[in-house]
Amino acid sequence: MNWIALRMLMGDRAKYFGLIFGVSFATLLMTQQVSIFMGILTRTASQVLDVRDAEIWVMDNKVRFIDEAPALPDTDLYRVRGVPGVEWAVRLYKGQVTARLADGNFRAVVLFGLDDSTFVGAPQEMILGSLADLRRPDAVIIDKSGYEYMWPGQPYQLGREFELNDRRAVLVGICKASPPFTTLPILYTRYSSASGFVPRERNMMKFILAHPEAGLTDAEVCRRIEERTGLMALTQREFFWKTINYFLGSTGIPVNFGITIALGFVVGAAITGQTFYLFTIENLKQFGALKAMGVSNARLIGMILLQAVIVGLVGYGIGIGLTAAFFESTSGITHLAGLAMTPLAFGGVGAAVMIIIVITSLLSIRKVLVLEPAVVFRG
Amino acid sequence: MSMSMESIELDTSPAVVCRGVTKEFGSGDTKTVALRGVDLDVRYGETTLLVGPSGCGKTTLISIIAGLLYPTGGEISVLGHDLVRLRNGKLVNFRAKNIGFVFQQYNLLPALTAAENAAVPLVIAGEYRGRAVGAAKEILAEVGLEPRMNALPTQLSGGQQQRVAIARALIHKPKLLVCDEPTAALDGHSGQTVMQLLKRVAVQPDRAVIIVTHDSRVYRFGDRIVTMSDGLIESVEERAAEHEEAMAG
Repeated sequence: MNWIALRMLMGDRAKYFGLIFGVSFATLLMTQQVSIFMGILTRTASQVLDVRDAEIWVMDNKVRFIDEAPALPDTDLYRVRGVPGVEWAVRLYKGQVTARLADGNFRAVVLFGLDDSTFVGAPQEMILGSLADLRRPDAVIIDKSGYEYMWPGQPYQLGREFELNDRRAVLVGICKASPPFTTLPILYTRYSSASGFVPRERNMMKFILAHPEAGLTDAEVCRRIEERTGLMALTQREFFWKTINYFLGSTGIPVNFGITIALGFVVGAAITGQTFYLFTIENLKQFGALKAMGVSNARLIGMILLQAVIVGLVGYGIGIGLTAAFFESTSGITHLAGLAMTPLAFGGVGAAVMIIIVITSLLSIRKVLVLEPAVVFRG
Repeated sequence: MSMSMESIELDTSPAVVCRGVTKEFGSGDTKTVALRGVDLDVRYGETTLLVGPSGCGKTTLISIIAGLLYPTGGEISVLGHDLVRLRNGKLVNFRAKNIGFVFQQYNLLPALTAAENAAVPLVIAGEYRGRAVGAAKEILAEVGLEPRMNALPTQLSGGQQQRVAIARALIHKPKLLVCDEPTAALDGHSGQTVMQLLKRVAVQPDRAVIIVTHDSRVYRFGDRIVTMSDGLIESVEERAAEHEEAMAG
């Protein structure tokens, strides 16, 4: 009976394509919006994830997210280093300054000041230049997207000079870095250089990056640091989610995206549900005839489910393909860097499509189950 | 598949026995009595026409005989089975195996070709698609549709569609063929053709044929004409002689 179900489904091309369109549209809308939502949220805390060589972030105990950390006195660094279980701890500056270019243009940039001797928190992958060149006077490394923001359309070229807080900065490297939420260029420099690039403050150290001794868990060392210093110590994952939760709870981002995603689901469910339901209604006589001829309810349910599953799979596949094509076509756009289809969106939307299909099928199945086969004799 | 009359021993017991069959729809103020105690025998090897005005209960009666509705009261035996006692799956299987249907509006599946439509009962019975379609092509050839086997229903005339429906109704060799107004949607000539076809290929010594009709032009094809009125059998007329005449075409 399966081939009969498929022929019934695909026999009316217009309706079949209408069903596929409904599921594809819902899939495209939901997958794209979920992926962009997740990408933007990940951007808010991407710099936390970019620090791969320290497991623990120590900061003022009132910090809510990475961009809002007050400076700590240098003595806090020594206190953290004195906590049992801390193998090493280094300072990290993160702030925002204005870069003025040679042609008079300027851009706000995110500046990281790395520990002079260890470069903990430095980018992991260089595109041009060497991390060791950071030891040169006034040296800075910029991320790829940042370079394209500051010198759009120009080839990669080291040695470029610009000003940070009226101080000369020299470009010695271009690296890969996760794009930040604000799509600002990211600059890396030595901590000592950063102190010249940022306006003078009494304290400058925003974070302390620490590494636990072997045999101790990150969580245990965090607990010890908090207990002994009164500072907040978080594992990388904890700090990542703390930042994301701040944006989720304090901005309109989730509401905006949530509405769009919900609309995608509702519109997709409405189009698919209505079309599939009408498809079933229009085929009710045929289902009635099959019922009269001896097709059991179980087999009819199987036929409808098969039709629904095919519509779901084909529509979902096309929707995912369109989403992939969208992200592929935008992958070269600098300010969209980091936005891509995520496995969670892939799987989550798959589950949502399944729910749409199940709801749709149930409506149709109910109609067929209550159908009296004697209806075939009512001209 | 051969549709020719085979030399087999006739079953002398009726194919269908109705005794005091009643059927009510709804309840309370909305209650409608469709059958008021019908007694009827339908014999093997005969074509029984069920006639009468609209609303007299013809459709309800064949729905009960075909196992599509349960009676409210009375006894109904079809092919030796007490239909009231056959429930759910057993009744569905009984219909699939023993009953062929010809509908007024054909009820062909629009996405299937003529051969595939005719093959449906065999597919329901679990036959492989290829074999079922092969058998369907044979029976379509018998009903004169060999050149149109791969046509979709929308590419066929009403008479051709009804011939496909007849082929579909007979392909699994049912013991009881139930036809609901098989000529109602056809012009006079096509209607006569369809009736002659039914007489030629459907009537078998081991098969009973019941035809519900309003069309007085087809009365001559019946062996018995059962007239209904207001939920009861009003008269039963035997027409054996005219039957022979109709068979001759």
